[in-house]
Amino acid sequence: MNFLYAAYTATWLIHITYAVTLVRRYQRLRKEIDELKDRQP
Amino acid sequence: MNSLAGITRATLAKDLRLEWRSKDAINSMLFFALLVVVVFSFSFDPNAEESRQIAGGLIWVAFLFAAVVALNQTWARELRNQVLDAYRVSPAPANSLFLAKALGNFIFVTVLEALMTPLFIIFYKLRALGPAWQLIPVALLGTWALVVNGTFFAAISLRTRSREIMLPLLLFPISLPAILGLVNATTFILTGEYSARFWIVLLATYDVIFTIACLLLFETVLHAE
Amino acid sequence: MKRAFPILAALTGILLSYALYEALVAAPTEQTMGNVQRIFYYHVPSAWTAFLLFFINFIASVFYLIRRSPTADAIAVVTAEVGVVFCTVVLVTGPLWARPVWGIWWTWDIRLTSTLVLWLIYVAYLMLRRFSTSGQTPVLAAALAVFGALDVPLVYFSIWIFRTQHPQPVIGGGGSIDPRMLHVLLINWAAFLCLAALLCWSRFRLERLQRQVEDAQALESMLAPERSR
Repeated sequence: MNFLYAAYTATWLIHITYAVTLVRRYQRLRKEIDELKDRQP
Repeated sequence: MNSLAGITRATLAKDLRLEWRSKDAINSMLFFALLVVVVFSFSFDPNAEESRQIAGGLIWVAFLFAAVVALNQTWARELRNQVLDAYRVSPAPANSLFLAKALGNFIFVTVLEALMTPLFIIFYKLRALGPAWQLIPVALLGTWALVVNGTFFAAISLRTRSREIMLPLLLFPISLPAILGLVNATTFILTGEYSARFWIVLLATYDVIFTIACLLLFETVLHAE
Repeated sequence: MKRAFPILAALTGILLSYALYEALVAAPTEQTMGNVQRIFYYHVPSAWTAFLLFFINFIASVFYLIRRSPTADAIAVVTAEVGVVFCTVVLVTGPLWARPVWGIWWTWDIRLTSTLVLWLIYVAYLMLRRFSTSGQTPVLAAALAVFGALDVPLVYFSIWIFRTQHPQPVIGGGGSIDPRMLHVLLINWAAFLCLAALLCWSRFRLERLQRQVEDAQALESMLAPERSR
């Protein structure tokens, strides 16, 4: 029984972790874009 | 002299001559091969009854590591002397370069195997219970399988940050069917339990498919470097 | 087009919740394995989704080799990454299912082993993309993807030969399936496909943005070298 919950939880953990990495990369990109914009005349 | 075979032969001859003259790579790799055999023999007690069962796997893993060390050197000389650009602009077909390199590696790794095998036989007291002559096509097909892909991936890895580790990283997953075939064919021949025929056919199929793939894509990879 | 994304996200959320309910509650309990069998509803759709994504990667890679379209390359990266995510799920849920049912964490059965090899090939693909310093990384990666795709049937076939000579338990079982279970399975697959689409779309947008930033930085360093960092 515990294995069932472990499997489902693991699945969600994996997907959520990936989604979080995507969000973080997006935030980092946004920061770079802002820096680029600041450097424009 | 402009034919594929002619250029291949010339390039191969040049490589072999250079290797023979420098003898650096050869000597260090021979010694490495010996060390591998000794380390394996220490780790897996050769006196055990099951040595014939596991010898097939052990030998091919040892050969695989020796092959990787040899393969990493494939393009080293070209890189050092910045010759690859010359190949790119020359009218010679790219495949002749690839075949020359692959054949050179094949010869070299086969020599390594020929030297390591007697040691393994001695340390593990090996005796083939099945048809021992089948070991020759197994070794030839299997070595070619490793070498043809290894030469190709060595070219892909040329401009990567950790070049030496990138080659096995790419080679091992793709080679798994060939490794499976090699190990099982060798084990079956040694133990005489089953026929190794299926695995030999698999190795031959693997060789044909990937040789064609390498020949089709090498030019693209060479120019992409 | 901008509104489609939140709609897809909402749809995915709804489908996943519904599918979860179906899998845990509505689906009938399996006779021999009991409730643990419900892992099947996550394990199998994830596998199918991963294979589909890797197949798309193969098509995109071939297209890139022929046409050198940057969009094709972006699709290749995206499907490889999301495919590895789903493949990881398969490799984690598989042993979690095997252990209570067959008492072993792993078996060299054909499906699990093929999935492992596929995972290895595509992780190697992602590592090549990350570590390559060549300007033409997409070409090299596409070549690797083609090799990987060629390898897959060989892997499958070689393990099949191996298994006929050394039989062992098959995880996931064969045979016919109860129509109610099939229904739940398909619902979960639909839900995971939507999740995959959502993840791929997000990753694609990220990739496109990244390329635009890189182009802008390249342009900047070209036009005003003293200003760029």
